[in-house]
Amino acid sequence: MNITVNGEPQALADGSTLAQLVEARLPSTRGVAAAVDGTVAPRTGWTEFVLRDGQAVELLTATQGG
Amino acid sequence: MTDSFIVDDSLIVAGEKLGSRLILGTGGAPSMQVVAEALTASRTALCTVSIRRAGTTTDGSIVDVLAEHGVRLLPNTAGCRTAREAVTTAQLARDALGTDWVKLEVVADEHTLLPDPVELLRAAEKLVADGFDVFAYTNDDPVLARHLQRTGCVAVMPLGAPIGSGLGILNPHNIELIVAEATVPVVLDAGVGTASDAALAMELGCDAVLLASAVTRARQPALMAAAMAAAVDAGRLAYRAGRIPRRRHAQASSPTTGMPVL
Repeated sequence: MNITVNGEPQALADGSTLAQLVEARLPSTRGVAAAVDGTVAPRTGWTEFVLRDGQAVELLTATQGG
Repeated sequence: MTDSFIVDDSLIVAGEKLGSRLILGTGGAPSMQVVAEALTASRTALCTVSIRRAGTTTDGSIVDVLAEHGVRLLPNTAGCRTAREAVTTAQLARDALGTDWVKLEVVADEHTLLPDPVELLRAAEKLVADGFDVFAYTNDDPVLARHLQRTGCVAVMPLGAPIGSGLGILNPHNIELIVAEATVPVVLDAGVGTASDAALAMELGCDAVLLASAVTRARQPALMAAAMAAAVDAGRLAYRAGRIPRRRHAQASSPTTGMPVL
């Protein structure tokens, strides 16, 4: 299946979870939050969150600003 | 030394005591090293951070740097243009960082970066209902500040001037009006260009000052951070001390009696 992650296309094995995606993309999950199709996907539910074809994932963290 | 020096004059916001009345933003600093030096020099206890895509910087984690300095995080919704965006960003910040505190920022356009009052109030209502401690970045409008306060925001943060402009406090009368009605801390947020602006904010009765660019874009950020800390302290002391009234004519400070005839 194909999804977008932070605005870029990404191919992913069917049945992949959000937890697997985060682990593959980022060095650490600390301080990271995720939104799927514009809605918050709480950290506590990542291991059960099975991604679907066409979904848009945003992986976010704190950065300098404000 | 009088009693007034001994009393604990700490800022209390959302039930928490903060060790400084200077709140720093971290945006605009050329490196994390500069941020770290500014944090130390400012003696701040609270710092705002933005929520952005992960994995785009390699300059270390701002969260780690703040933790090392014992500085509390105040995530913000900078860049949001609608209540919906701001609420979602606040929820993401809470999930990522484990804090209910949020600096709510909903700007109307990129040109002025002025708060959009309609979207701001709408977002504040939703976030307060969702259990957030909302620090509302707002216009220097006493009526809007009143609404935000009634909504349950834990602090109202009127701008002195547009973000990053360094124009100082354009409408000190409005800031005084906001302070006069305040039932929650008032934080002068945005517009500070140099130390005297921060001192004036405190002299007007603000409970704290939040600034970023004035420090991070100064020629020497750490020096300016130290200047801001001193200015906030001086302004607060002057406010508590009570300034003399302005007079149209001179008033001699030397005795007028006992003058010799020469």
